[in-house]
Amino acid sequence: MIVAERKPLSEIKSFIENYKKILIVGCGTCATVCLAGGESEVKVVASGMRIGFLKEDREVEILEDCITRQCEPEFVTPLVERVKNEGVEAVLSLGCGVGVNFLADKLESVPVFPGVNTEFFGAAIEPGVWVEMCAGCGNCILHLTGGICPIARCSKSILNGPCGGSQDGKCEISPDVDCGWNLIVERMKKMGTLHRLEEIVPPRDWSTSRHGGPRRVVHEELVTQPEAEATG
Amino acid sequence: MIEDMDTAVLKSGSNLERVLSEGHFAVTVEIGPPMDSNGEIVLEKSRLLKGMADAFNITDNQTGVVRLSSIASSVLIMKEGLEPVMQMTCRDRNRLAIQSDILGAAALGIRNCLCIAGDHQSFGAAGKLKGHPGAKNVYDIDSIQLVAALKGMRDDGVQQGGDSLEKRPQLFIGAAWTPLGDPIEIRPLRLKKKVEAGADFIQTQGVFDIDRFREQMKVIVDMGLHERTAILAGIIVPKNLGMLKYMNSSVAGVSIPESLITRMEHVRSSAGDDKKKAREDQEEEGIKITVELIEHVREIPGVSGVHIQAIEWEHRVPEILKRAGLIPRPALHKGG
Repeated sequence: MIVAERKPLSEIKSFIENYKKILIVGCGTCATVCLAGGESEVKVVASGMRIGFLKEDREVEILEDCITRQCEPEFVTPLVERVKNEGVEAVLSLGCGVGVNFLADKLESVPVFPGVNTEFFGAAIEPGVWVEMCAGCGNCILHLTGGICPIARCSKSILNGPCGGSQDGKCEISPDVDCGWNLIVERMKKMGTLHRLEEIVPPRDWSTSRHGGPRRVVHEELVTQPEAEATG
Repeated sequence: MIEDMDTAVLKSGSNLERVLSEGHFAVTVEIGPPMDSNGEIVLEKSRLLKGMADAFNITDNQTGVVRLSSIASSVLIMKEGLEPVMQMTCRDRNRLAIQSDILGAAALGIRNCLCIAGDHQSFGAAGKLKGHPGAKNVYDIDSIQLVAALKGMRDDGVQQGGDSLEKRPQLFIGAAWTPLGDPIEIRPLRLKKKVEAGADFIQTQGVFDIDRFREQMKVIVDMGLHERTAILAGIIVPKNLGMLKYMNSSVAGVSIPESLITRMEHVRSSAGDDKKKAREDQEEEGIKITVELIEHVREIPGVSGVHIQAIEWEHRVPEILKRAGLIPRPALHKGG
């Protein structure tokens, strides 16, 4: 899932302090699961803002909402309607960066602010600890590396690792960071496929990643109108 | 005539390549450029070290700290008659910048290039300096892919992207190897990949644990890799007890036998409260240890030379090499 972390309340307050009617909106999917921006975090942030404004003797109306997903029109369209109908001056999204962007695309002149820092695609390795596991680079090579990603889990994203900085299973950047290539080697050893690492992996084509510019995925069978028309 | 034939066989015509191809035990010495634009420092180090080694590595923003560039420093030492091994990291440049710099380096007369990943930018000289931990790193290609890219440019006359080169960069291609790095069983395989990619020579991480290095070299010799590449054992000059302990605990791939640490501890404690004597005695012991390490690695089958790193202590290198019996160096005779 997409892992995010809530921004400090002071930073959030600095974004919205010039508005009188604010809607704080959570996201019921990734941001909820990683405890960054679900229904309960919306409540926490809303109370924090109310207390903060109260201390300054300021009257600010704070509305709360949490939609299933901030990345789909089905859930976002009613929210946009609510913003218009209720005269909301600013939206604070506790969804990931996708949610903020998607709302910004739909909200016309109403500002939307990020309440969380979107971190990475990761998994919960233990309660309260999430670790990055995928870099969304657009050309999966996990079949070469025992299912463990060198792009996301090696600090240097090297394809022919490990580099000389691996020590006791940890990365040279910190004793808290696992060496991704050590994980790959250990895993492939267990699977009896270590010899496959003998092959030199050539330089990869990064154009499938962010380096190729903003990306899109199109499923022709689901597109209701021709692509050309949709993009103008 | 003979020289012409000789040149034809050589890939780069560098002095380092010549020395190795003639079967001499090679010596390379590292020169660290300054953190400012004072080229005079590089020139001074050059004058100090002239004639002491077959080629001199110029580090490339080592430990993630901005320094006078390796390409410019290489040209500076060439002015003093030294031959550079320009180090090139994958951390700071993408494949366009790397290849462009390689072409530039070759045009400027640089004939050796060491291909390395580079310390992560979070290093900042192991926390001793601010560095630039917030920098965006590149790592577009890794060190093995870099070796292959240079070989492609030199031997096949093509850029990594496939465009052809009319004048090819004549480079002696080097790579680094951490023989005792974790996970240890992957290290010979990784060296093999570097050799397959086209590494003409290898400079290893600093070796202190001679017994374990000997074992690892036996694996390499059994694989026949020493016949396909020239392996120069890395020798880091230890200045004092603190440095030995720091390297042992914090530098990946460097393990220091307890006996060496005890030996240095003994030297320091013998000096009592006399701090000056403690410092000088430790320095002298460090040099003794270095000379011994050189003598030991020299006896290990498959080792073709040494790569000396005396970090910010280059002025003691002549003494070390003299005591190790490694100077004078084989005369540089220009071919062609």
